[in-house]
Amino acid sequence: MSDQTSDQHRIDLAPGDEREGGVGLRVLGYVTGLGLALLLTATSFFIAGTDLVWQPSIPVAIIVLAIAQMGVHLVFFLHLTTGPDNTNNVMALAFGVLIVFLVIGGSLWIMANLNQNMMPMDQIMQMQR
Amino acid sequence: MADTTLAYAQADPHRLRGIAHAAVAHAGPAPKRIVTGFGFWIFLLSDIVMFSCFFATYAVLVDQTAEGPKGAELFDLRRVAIETVLLLLSSFTCGLANIAADVRNKLWFQVSMAATCVLGLAFLYLEGREFADLVARGAGPTRSAFLTAFFSLVGCHGLHVSAGILWLLTMMAQVVAKGFRADIGRRIMCFALFWHALDIIWVAVFSVVYLLGSKP
Repeated sequence: MSDQTSDQHRIDLAPGDEREGGVGLRVLGYVTGLGLALLLTATSFFIAGTDLVWQPSIPVAIIVLAIAQMGVHLVFFLHLTTGPDNTNNVMALAFGVLIVFLVIGGSLWIMANLNQNMMPMDQIMQMQR
Repeated sequence: MADTTLAYAQADPHRLRGIAHAAVAHAGPAPKRIVTGFGFWIFLLSDIVMFSCFFATYAVLVDQTAEGPKGAELFDLRRVAIETVLLLLSSFTCGLANIAADVRNKLWFQVSMAATCVLGLAFLYLEGREFADLVARGAGPTRSAFLTAFFSLVGCHGLHVSAGILWLLTMMAQVVAKGFRADIGRRIMCFALFWHALDIIWVAVFSVVYLLGSKP
């Protein structure tokens, strides 16, 4: 137990830092990330304007592609891994993502509910007269 | 008996009983690069949480156009695609600058940072043109709740990019003036994190605002 913590301490990584690797290898990582990101971006823009797929599926596809591209950025540009040297960074990110989902999901949910239960606008105007 | 226990406790307060590697567990705080990087990571995440509030506002108000123009009539997807590619390439060159800083290559560092700067400025120019066009067409931020939310969200990202470019120029000047000192290296690392995070936020912006918004 104790030797494990000391080991982790020694090999912890700052966010964005990589394990030692040659310059060529590191550049290759960025090139891979750039290629994947460009591919996902191109797919997103293509899907948004095409008539080839079932139309209601398009918003879902765009959201999925966006999340995939964020993942590509996190892995290839910010060098986030699942390794023990990255636990702190990943845990912080997970908490951030939780808050983001609570804020966005909660706002949409509550506001949709309010919209549904609100009196139509013309009736409110009449009451104010 | 009591005396021996006391003596033992003072010599070995945590009762490690001579386990050799257990003492290393308290090796002191992590290196400064990790502390700084992690702290800045926390800031970036809180920045993303702030952006999520703007996104939530936009998503709630997107249909409140007050009989004004909708997104589908306003957005020019070709310009957005160019902006996206510019920002993506700038993220790439920023990564190259980070590598150049790690291997202490001044020439490549300055070249990559200059490329990042030019790409970022081109992005800001296109965004400024878009905003000016919208205002000229009578679709300024005062037109409807939808446009207020749009200008706040996209403008907030643009402000972040502007601040990033100021930071970038500062880093170029500091490397010229002070070289790759340890503290300068930490600042460069934080700048790279910031710039990559901006690109992640832009992915959400072009997907949610422009691509979803261009659907009638």
